[in-house]
Amino acid sequence: MDNHDYLNSKGRIFDIQRFSVHDGPGIRTIFFLKGCFLRCRWCCNPESQSGDIEQMTIAGKTKTVGRDVTVAELVEIAERDRIYYSRSGGGVTLSGGECLYQSEFAANLLRACKEKGINTAIESTGFSDFSKIEPLLANLDLFLMDIKHTQSAKHKQFTGVPNELIKQNAHLIAKACKELIIRVPVIPTFNDTPEEIADIAAFAATLHGVKEIHLLPYHRLGYDKYIGLGREYSIGDVELLSSDKISTLKAAAERSGLIVKIGG
Amino acid sequence: MAKYYSKEISKSPRIDILKKALFANKPRIEADRAVLLTESYKATENLPISERRARAFSHILHNLPVTIRDNELVVGSATVMPRSSQTFPEFSFSWLEDEFDTISTRSADPFEISDDTKQRLREAYKYWNGKTTSDLALSFMVPEAIKAIEHNIFTVGNYFYNGVGHVSADYAKVLKIGFKGIMQQAAKELGSLCVTLADYNSRASFLKSVIISAQAAIDFAHRYASKAEELAASCSDSVRKAELQAIAANCRTVPENGAKSFYEACQSFWFVQLLIQIESNGHSVSPGRFDQYMYPYYKADLDAGKITREYAQELIDCIWIKLNDLSKVRDHASAAGFAGYSMFQNLICGGQDRDGVDATNDLSFMCITASLHTMLPQPSLSMRVWNGTPHDLIVWAAKLTRTGIGLPAYYNDEVIVPALVSRGLTMADARDYNIIGCVEPQKSGKTDGWHDAAFFNMCRPLELVFTNGYENGELVTIETGDINDMKSFDDFFKAYKKQMKYCIALMVNADNAVDMAHMQRAPLPFLSSMIEDCIGRGKSAQEGGALYNFTGPQGFGIANVADSLFTIKKLVFEQGKFTLAELKAALDANFGKAQNSDGASKITTGIVKALAAKGAQVSEEQIAEIFKAVTDSTSGVTNSKYKQILDEIDSLDKFGNDIDEVDLLAREAAYSFTRPVEKYTNPRGGTYQAGLYPVSANVPLGAQTGATPDGRYAFTPVADGVSPSAGKDVCGPTASANSVSKLDHGIASNGTLFNMKFHPSALEGDSGIESFVALIRGFFDRKGSHVQFNVVSRETLIDAQKHPENYQGLVVRVAGYSAMFTTLSKALQDDIINRTQQGGF
Repeated sequence: MDNHDYLNSKGRIFDIQRFSVHDGPGIRTIFFLKGCFLRCRWCCNPESQSGDIEQMTIAGKTKTVGRDVTVAELVEIAERDRIYYSRSGGGVTLSGGECLYQSEFAANLLRACKEKGINTAIESTGFSDFSKIEPLLANLDLFLMDIKHTQSAKHKQFTGVPNELIKQNAHLIAKACKELIIRVPVIPTFNDTPEEIADIAAFAATLHGVKEIHLLPYHRLGYDKYIGLGREYSIGDVELLSSDKISTLKAAAERSGLIVKIGG
Repeated sequence: MAKYYSKEISKSPRIDILKKALFANKPRIEADRAVLLTESYKATENLPISERRARAFSHILHNLPVTIRDNELVVGSATVMPRSSQTFPEFSFSWLEDEFDTISTRSADPFEISDDTKQRLREAYKYWNGKTTSDLALSFMVPEAIKAIEHNIFTVGNYFYNGVGHVSADYAKVLKIGFKGIMQQAAKELGSLCVTLADYNSRASFLKSVIISAQAAIDFAHRYASKAEELAASCSDSVRKAELQAIAANCRTVPENGAKSFYEACQSFWFVQLLIQIESNGHSVSPGRFDQYMYPYYKADLDAGKITREYAQELIDCIWIKLNDLSKVRDHASAAGFAGYSMFQNLICGGQDRDGVDATNDLSFMCITASLHTMLPQPSLSMRVWNGTPHDLIVWAAKLTRTGIGLPAYYNDEVIVPALVSRGLTMADARDYNIIGCVEPQKSGKTDGWHDAAFFNMCRPLELVFTNGYENGELVTIETGDINDMKSFDDFFKAYKKQMKYCIALMVNADNAVDMAHMQRAPLPFLSSMIEDCIGRGKSAQEGGALYNFTGPQGFGIANVADSLFTIKKLVFEQGKFTLAELKAALDANFGKAQNSDGASKITTGIVKALAAKGAQVSEEQIAEIFKAVTDSTSGVTNSKYKQILDEIDSLDKFGNDIDEVDLLAREAAYSFTRPVEKYTNPRGGTYQAGLYPVSANVPLGAQTGATPDGRYAFTPVADGVSPSAGKDVCGPTASANSVSKLDHGIASNGTLFNMKFHPSALEGDSGIESFVALIRGFFDRKGSHVQFNVVSRETLIDAQKHPENYQGLVVRVAGYSAMFTTLSKALQDDIINRTQQGGF
């Protein structure tokens, strides 16, 4: 690719959030890339899943979800908060959807950020051929990787895909990236028993260099969006996790020897 | 060894007991001061005004009830009951007399008043008719200025009805030499004056007034000493007996003499703070850099092993309680604007010393701790931040912010110091600034800053562009041309600037009229004795005795004006979506939204007046018909046209989202106020300097403003301070902060005010605090001047509105100050609830 062509490469995003303080260190700008390989039942961003531009109705107003942007446009937006990154140790995080769904664009965006001296992170399921992941790692400071369940059948039942590839990639990523943190969305009826959480933590502890695991308690903020997209909220009417339960799960995860944090 | 002690210090059980007692009764009005003042004034009619003031002050201090509350360590009270108010008829009184029967039940800041008090006040007030500062001020004003005030373009009501306040005295001077020392200074000066000097008589009279006032302060303290001795003699509790004996010893010594211990310094400080507010009812009497001038006394006692940190903290906490004991009754309209019984006693910690070295010390932390301990709205705690501010201090402050109390407010030395230098302060004085009232910087002990001189509603001149200066058929300002003849955005913007200039000139006339009235009828010799160089010049601060003199009126509604101008620029002139006339029709119809009965009656009155101005007779039946027509929504077709215009406006970019095109228009809009203002001078020999902050006047004054081209409905609040319009900043706090930082904060040297609201989750844990601190630092790197935070959830506020009984203690940051949420009017509560909530995502 030519010198500056990568700056003009196009991708599709559905949202930008500035002053994010829960997805990587410091104050961060999150670019939400559109399209995902998984179909998690609890997904709080259902509008992120399809790679297509679509319509969603929220509070009576219909809005178009998804727009095409260049790397240069996003870097310009990231630049606006540079001073807050440098004061807080923050930077840019690519989220989704799944940034590996647009892996070439993601790689270009990370490269452009890194060249500007901006700290980079991605949030990813790791569900992709490793050859698509590897090009991102050179310009990545932090990989936030989801491990949702250790049993493949249950994983497939709730996310639409089995987990062998994810587990296999986790080992490869751990060896190849600067820093890896494992994150677990804790979903009632899916993975909220101490045994399940302990299993995930035990797996995370086997990954090269991994020191931290984050438990992200389920919330139902995505509910309105399912209605707005005319889709079913298939996780159904599950209870939120009590703080007692969260403490129990935290203790279960801590048996792995990893540092356990609640939230990001 | 560390330069400062930054760990938490425990709270004495005394503090909660004192706090509980503070809220045991409802605030009430007391008559003593007004009665004593009137007695003295009647007896001194042939004396020069400053001596009359001093003698009245002395008469009050010799006869005001002496009140020592249970468990107090620092004593001195303005009223028998806590949080109550004396009255000050020399400034104005008729509004209070009019409100005698409603004041205990009004929605904002009610006060109890007994029949006996009403009777005593009625008797005293008889004397004051035609003798007040407000009477005189009105006679100085040009008719055009009075008309502009009547049309709600600006108000100078603050100093029109009350004393000026808005000052930081030289507390350090009293701590050092006592009032005895001040009397000696005045006497020496008086002795050196040659009787043949042209201004000998006025100077001598002022210096005598200083001596009388200082003696009165000493005598007042001695009355407290006697009272404490008396109470000690009859006290059976040996611990309290010893405390009362210590109080007596203190009051015998200070503020007559210089303080010899930290405890004496605390007592001396308090007498100064209290007595300034008995001499006049001006609010925002600001302690300023308490952590600096109290430090030598603290340090000496601590080093000598005379006090522990815990004991010093207890004394500071006691002062915090006392600061909440003072209150002031305001008229109904002002009470709505300044809601929350607030006294705006601004106390600041941190910053640099006069040489530009970081000034953080133990007391900087202990001031923040005192607010954590007391959780009360006073003092209005502020914090100076500069590039060298220790991380520890700002993190400690952020922990106070996280409680949701709205304190402290953060100020940026890197903007304020050069701004003050640009107004003529020396570099050393500028580095030594503190904050007055809400957000206004000054150098203590050298300045008469008149910081809250006027509220100027920047949306009103915008309305007047649409009506060519007319309202209800009457020319209110000047003609700036028919909107149908405006061919470009430039034409419109020029007309706006012209309206602004004209209105600002009238505001200056009104302010200077009020200034003259205070100079002639209410010089303050006691306060002036603690402001350099009043004694040297032989005149009070009100007559220009201070080294630095300013008048600082504040504009507000910038976000509305900016977004409105952007509407006109883009939708009218660039995209041709509608004409100015079509926009005007939509505004007149409030975008098709039915008027509430209040709004409808305002509009009806306007139409009737306009008809009357044309010579038409309007019958009661016709008025009823007009009212009905206004109340009923207009036809479906017209309505949908207005709705379309509103939709176009709503989908346009708004100030507060880090979009240069609109943000830079906001910068220009702000200049339309700040630039004309700085060209004017005041009667005290000083200059004007603009501020950009509203206190909470954006709600009542918004209620006087029709619909605006930014899509704001008629009679709803206008934007507060330099903050984006409520709910219009949708790109998160950094975008909002960046937009605000694009305004010129340096020229607004009377202060700017930026409100941000956070959900508590955004500040959770150490990482939440660190991000929060980084946000402040980042905003300040970009040359923002001030920022303050509300950290409460929207749900909490809505619930508090529904069930005030469950939220008696809920403190929120309103504008330049913190107040009890449940004591605010519903409209102001709604405004706070509707401000965009910036959550961490």
